[in-house]
Amino acid sequence: MFDRRLAIAFVSFAWLACAAAQEGPRLGVPATPEQVAGWDVSIGPDGAGLPPGSGTAAAGKTVYEAKCIACHGVDGKGQPNDQLVGGQGTLRDAAPVRTLGSYWPYATTVFDYVRRAMPYVAPHSLTADETYALTAYLLALNGVIEQNAVMDATTLPKVVMPNRANFDSAYREPRKR
Amino acid sequence: MTKPKELDSLEQVAGNGLLHRRLFLQGGAAALAGATLMTARAAPPDVPASMKMPGAPMRGYGERSPHEAQVARVVNATPGTTGTGGSRTPLESLEGIITPSSLHFERHHSGVPDIDPAEHRVLIHGLVERPLIFSMDALARYPMVSRIQFLECSGNSAAQNNAEPPQQTAGGIHGLVSCSDWAGVPLAVLLAEAGVKPEGKWLLAEGGDAASMSRSIPMAKAMDDAILALYQNGEHLRPEQGYPVRLFLPGYEGNMNVKWLRRIKVTAEPTMTKDETSKYSDLQPNGRAKLFTFPMEVKSVITSPSGMQTMREPGLYQISGIAWSGFGRVRRVEISADGGKTFAEAALDGPVLPQALTRFRMPWRWNGNPSVLMSRAVDETGAVQPTRAALIGTRGTAYRYHYNAIQSWNVAQGGAVSNVYV
Repeated sequence: MFDRRLAIAFVSFAWLACAAAQEGPRLGVPATPEQVAGWDVSIGPDGAGLPPGSGTAAAGKTVYEAKCIACHGVDGKGQPNDQLVGGQGTLRDAAPVRTLGSYWPYATTVFDYVRRAMPYVAPHSLTADETYALTAYLLALNGVIEQNAVMDATTLPKVVMPNRANFDSAYREPRKR
Repeated sequence: MTKPKELDSLEQVAGNGLLHRRLFLQGGAAALAGATLMTARAAPPDVPASMKMPGAPMRGYGERSPHEAQVARVVNATPGTTGTGGSRTPLESLEGIITPSSLHFERHHSGVPDIDPAEHRVLIHGLVERPLIFSMDALARYPMVSRIQFLECSGNSAAQNNAEPPQQTAGGIHGLVSCSDWAGVPLAVLLAEAGVKPEGKWLLAEGGDAASMSRSIPMAKAMDDAILALYQNGEHLRPEQGYPVRLFLPGYEGNMNVKWLRRIKVTAEPTMTKDETSKYSDLQPNGRAKLFTFPMEVKSVITSPSGMQTMREPGLYQISGIAWSGFGRVRRVEISADGGKTFAEAALDGPVLPQALTRFRMPWRWNGNPSVLMSRAVDETGAVQPTRAALIGTRGTAYRYHYNAIQSWNVAQGGAVSNVYV
């Protein structure tokens, strides 16, 4: 280990040289696994963290018509807000129609977004089963899955969206300085 | 009386009346007085009412003059909502480089939450050695940095993709950019405390609003210059700017600067949220889309004169505007008064700061004839602001985000200023 005074001298020098290398007072309080589990709602493409539960398009249609149709229209056709269905084959057009069926690269994103942000007036109000069912309904309306397919933590990450292969990351890691 | 130097400074430096940028900087007043055609205004009374009695009392929190009440953001809400959509900074009404906090643009995806700082926490978890929770009181104890930097929504100026030029003010078209003095805690310090595991290459930032706005941020940016911003222009953040804490990523597209920040999850890969895949991705004419186009490119706009304004009479004017680049400092701004045939270099107000608005100025003698004004910025990497034709030519009009082309304002005979495509 460093001599403590030497370490302090080094830190002082580093402070002058690079503000980003500052040391903080270390006031973070350890988070328990239960606390993390309660906050961590985000779902990535691998589906890690998807909750127990399941749903089908038929169940999803019932939820949709009760809670979503006012903003997204009959059968996800849109108006007054985003269109959710259709648009396949339009992405090279002058006015492409970007829906979750024509554009979105990952099916897990549908579950993630619906669960945390929809319905607009009452986010975080849907059960896991309702969210799986709505996801199934929207994917089936777009012809991405069969009408009777069951969406759950195992099946949803395996769904391959039609436009999946048409995205490229523009991000490049900076070179080490 | 008139010195040779002043005569020189009045020499035209580019077509259609652009004068040397030094006119307003040295010996300018004398030259200006001799050169302008300003008409005398009616003089005020010798002793105005304000000098004949004591003024208003002091007050704990100041307000602007009631005579400025018309200066306001341009608000556009998504159908069926009041808090979702955007409001734009009235760029044409402002000077200098700092945007008043009350006029900073807004872009919300489910309204502005009302958050009690005593209840608010930031959780850092995922691929870290120690998941940690930070209270606002705790964050206030950390070392802070402050920087003057712009923030721009990547959907700014998108109406310029329309077939016909939108006839609005400079702010109505380009006002999803603002600039503030942001102060806060370097994210690197907090991540170091949590201990990022070697496989942690990205993080997910999540907001405490009803959209749970979520974006994936590269670890390199988080460790470089990202801060958890607590202050804006010296006071705590405004609610519509993320009170009590927002992520601030210098130069990166606005949406990633997650407001009302409540959670940072360190991940190996991007989470592929709705707002980084279905939105804020760039669809190209070949049908392929780009993800993660983070920095905002070099850009400028003339704010005076600008759209919907009217120049009253021929004479000497100062062209003024703002330039910026997410890649660093603005190196220079060039102005044209003849629709791009000739350009001359504008003066830049200093200091020119990285990833900050930079104010440029140029004297112009308008002869009263139709004229097209343009500004073209170049940043320190050498990137040059493209023409609209070049930008649309490579990206098409469905690209939607990151529109940074040269803005052209037409000054008609009679002085009406409008938006034109050149």
